[in-house]
Amino acid sequence: MNKSTTLLAGKAMFIKFAAALTMGLALFGSAQASEEGGLQPANIRLDDAASMQRGARLFFNYCSGCHSLQYLRYSRMAEDLHLDPKDVENNLIFTGAKLGDHAVSNMPAADAAKWFGKAPPDLSLEARSKGSDWIYNYLKSFYLDPTRPLGWNNTVFENASMPNALWELQGLQSAVRKAGEGGHEGTIERLEVTTPGRQSGEAFDRSVRDITAFLQYAGEPAALKRESMGVWVLLYLALFTLIAWFLNREFWKDVH
Amino acid sequence: MANVFATIGNWVNERAPGLMPVYRKHMTEYYAPKNFNFWYYFGVLAIVVLVNQILTGIFLTMNYKPSAAEAFASVEYIMRDVEWGWLIRYMHSTGASLFFVVIYLHMFRGLMYGSFKKPRELVWLLGMLIFLVLMAEAFMGYVLPWGNMSFWGAKVIISLFGTIPYIGDSLVEWIMGDYLPADATLNRFFALHVIALPLVLLLLVVLHIFALHEVGSNNPDGVEIKKGPKGNRWSPDKPADGIPFHPYYTVHDIVGVGFFLLIAAFIIFYAPTFGGWFLEHDNFLPANNLATPTHIKPVWYFTPFYAILRMVPSFFGTAIWGVLAMFGAIVLLFLLPWIDAGKVKSVRYRGLGFKVALGLFALSFIMLAAVGAGVTAELIPEWFGADADATFIENLFGRIWTAVYFGFFVFLWFYSRGMEKTKPVPERVTMHE
Repeated sequence: MNKSTTLLAGKAMFIKFAAALTMGLALFGSAQASEEGGLQPANIRLDDAASMQRGARLFFNYCSGCHSLQYLRYSRMAEDLHLDPKDVENNLIFTGAKLGDHAVSNMPAADAAKWFGKAPPDLSLEARSKGSDWIYNYLKSFYLDPTRPLGWNNTVFENASMPNALWELQGLQSAVRKAGEGGHEGTIERLEVTTPGRQSGEAFDRSVRDITAFLQYAGEPAALKRESMGVWVLLYLALFTLIAWFLNREFWKDVH
Repeated sequence: MANVFATIGNWVNERAPGLMPVYRKHMTEYYAPKNFNFWYYFGVLAIVVLVNQILTGIFLTMNYKPSAAEAFASVEYIMRDVEWGWLIRYMHSTGASLFFVVIYLHMFRGLMYGSFKKPRELVWLLGMLIFLVLMAEAFMGYVLPWGNMSFWGAKVIISLFGTIPYIGDSLVEWIMGDYLPADATLNRFFALHVIALPLVLLLLVVLHIFALHEVGSNNPDGVEIKKGPKGNRWSPDKPADGIPFHPYYTVHDIVGVGFFLLIAAFIIFYAPTFGGWFLEHDNFLPANNLATPTHIKPVWYFTPFYAILRMVPSFFGTAIWGVLAMFGAIVLLFLLPWIDAGKVKSVRYRGLGFKVALGLFALSFIMLAAVGAGVTAELIPEWFGADADATFIENLFGRIWTAVYFGFFVFLWFYSRGMEKTKPVPERVTMHE
């Protein structure tokens, strides 16, 4: 028998082992999937620059008053999202910051803690710690709740101290509850827009998706470059491995 | 050009005549068995990853700030503002996980083909020491980004030392240099991660390879080629079944390395967090001693041992038993050459009992990893309903697999001492199964 059968025998064993490993990984994977359980997929795309541009505009108009992106520079954003630096300076910087500065909110943290109960968190890495699906669903899940200090609650993040910053667009949502028992409130079945906002349901979904895409970008600006150059690295390595394989075959062809 | 190289070569040779023999001993005249299979790639892959960790690590230290106030932001600075910083960091973080993938497969190969057995006990012991140091190295490296999981992971792991009677509490304080993982802890972990442990690791790797080359490599048949007939086409007095490492295995290994880099590059460029398994979601939040993550768990490569720690209950008023069991799980691996008394090395010619036991042992490792990573905690309510006693089911499951893990060593002790029916081992290595 020759070398290639040895390799095949080793390969068969490797495949057996890999199968066992895959089984294990599948177990891990299914748990991973259930972790995202109950959330609608955000379906964002990092190759959709227009979506991220709209998201940036929405973010700086509706979110940046309270939330910082302390690790994101305006200039980097302009470059990555193909925005004219002049436009960014005129339309997206509301804090008097310079183009090269980080997008830090002007809200004093101590006051913010007093106003909201907890200072609004920095959102630079929100998409990395919570995931884009979470952000997408969270922003869509505010409803009126008179028992909360600011009159808002959220089904994805219960008793969040944040009010619905997008209410002008979405309108006002109320909770539709199941019949409660023994004087208790029933659990929330779904949310319903009771007072329409400026955007239809579909248009609002798109706006939220745009903000989510922008925050995903802000969480890792390098992702744009990473994904576009990765394919060339893989092609190079595939070619390298192929040549190495032929070289190896040449060396080993007369070893029995 | 060749002339220039020859001149330089001669110049060096005259002044250091001992160098060429070393090169010959470890490369061109290191005769490895010619029947290596897929499983024999993982040693060289471990070296590739080690080199990657050292090189990328050097560049990371150029911009990383080992202080509690600045560490987290400096990592983001590397990710965003340092030229190619994101690539260097992902190569380092992916390398850390792949290091353990490769090492676990390398160790499993040793178990399968009996590479830990006489005369290679020292090779195995040095390898186990490498594994131990690597675990310390990985743990301390994981603390450096100073994310919330870094902080809480450090707190949990360091507090294990607190279970030691009498000195535990003071020992924990001494390790941390504070009452919590803090600036002092981060500073010393940085020193250990970038200087002390890598030096120890490199020394052990060199000794591991030297010790291997003294006795020669094992092979999938577990046949000692040095005891077989002599003489091959390269040398009249070298083993007939041996082949010079260079160029035969160097060119062979380049293929394996290329294939491995392909997988590594795919992860680095398209799945650097690997769905939260290589870089965890909670570690993108800065360390916060007031906000405990919902599930504190170590990175995947520690989860089997973490599961053993969790599954062993406290009794006699102390939690030290879990800690002892966890370290025991590693100590038993050290002792394997003396636990397994079987004379036949390779799984190919060992009894059915060994094959089944080895399979179960590997499975217990994966199942315990699932318990340690919190996979079972999430699946149990799904499979058994929300009303099921999740803790009870998880403990039962985890304890059964813990018993399987330890049972492997107990079984092997008795099985290899008289119960095993082995197949005849061939005289020469086979080029087929």
